[in-house]
Amino acid sequence: MSIFKKIMTAIRGGAREVGEGIVDANSMRIFEQEIRDAEVHLTNAKRNLTDVMAKQMQSNRELERVKANLTEHEGYAVQALNAGNEALALEVAEKIAQLEQEVIEQQQNLDSFSSSATKLKDLVKKSERQLAEHQRQLTMVKTTDSVQKATSAITDNFSASNSKLLSAKDSLERIKQKQQDFDDRMVAADELHAEGSDQSLKAKLAEAGIGQQQSNANSVLERLKAKQNS
Amino acid sequence: MNIHKIANYLNDLGDKSDTGYKFDCTLISGDVDVLRVDVEGREEIPIFVSVTDEQILCIAYLWGENEVKTEKRVEMLEAMLELNIPMPLSSFAKIGDMYVVYGALSVQSTIADVEHELVVLSDNSLEVITELSDYLV
Repeated sequence: MSIFKKIMTAIRGGAREVGEGIVDANSMRIFEQEIRDAEVHLTNAKRNLTDVMAKQMQSNRELERVKANLTEHEGYAVQALNAGNEALALEVAEKIAQLEQEVIEQQQNLDSFSSSATKLKDLVKKSERQLAEHQRQLTMVKTTDSVQKATSAITDNFSASNSKLLSAKDSLERIKQKQQDFDDRMVAADELHAEGSDQSLKAKLAEAGIGQQQSNANSVLERLKAKQNS
Repeated sequence: MNIHKIANYLNDLGDKSDTGYKFDCTLISGDVDVLRVDVEGREEIPIFVSVTDEQILCIAYLWGENEVKTEKRVEMLEAMLELNIPMPLSSFAKIGDMYVVYGALSVQSTIADVEHELVVLSDNSLEVITELSDYLV
């Protein structure tokens, strides 16, 4: 069964209690060990690949060297024939035959290394994909497990603190109310501030004798005198 | 990144936050340590943070199955699927009988990323409840 399927079955089946994990702890340890083993295998496969590729390069160089040698001797043989030295030409031809055999052998070596390298490269790719897949599955199991445990801790916390879980609408209402209160306080503070600055302006104006003047005893007396005289 | 680093940072942040919010963190101990993050003024919808080997999970609980209008349930689920991609950084999920919004961050994330995530998640959860309240009793 795929890990995804296991998780779905466990969640839908109601395995929500702590300890009733998706995969039991022992299987999880085995799985983690398998991942570590796979990592070791992958490292070894990569090392082998490096060795084989090095041999492939060496073999290729050797083949080129033998081929160059062959061409060189073919030239010598032609020169010997041109000089009419049949015996020397035959001797060179023997060497050429030997070199041709060597080319065949080196070519076989190279082909063998090349095919090994290709196989190892495929193996490394396959192992890397498999390892990534295992790690992804492990993450899924661990995350599900962790979320279940966290949920259980959260639920316990709610019941321990006796805080009743409000409905979504009630929660939103309360938050909005708090926001409204905050906004109202800001407005009130603004108004108070405005009034305050209004008052102080009036005071300054009065001091300067501008605007509505407060009546005082002197001004009252002045007014009465003026009335009497009229 | 670990849960204590997040808690210390958010608690020490005070008024110095660039996001304009104040946070209050409480550690809930258990098999998995969980951090309860209250955004000031939004204590009714706390965000729960847990850190695993790979990721930082931030979850806000939205509503329970019992709050969903039965006849509108399918419509609500479709609306949630459709909103899932447009909703910045957060996704819908269900844990047990509870619908949630959550965000998952790499453990390599910076503390500023975590703070940003929490604020966006909090904003998203309020907006989602506002917009989907027609489906709720």
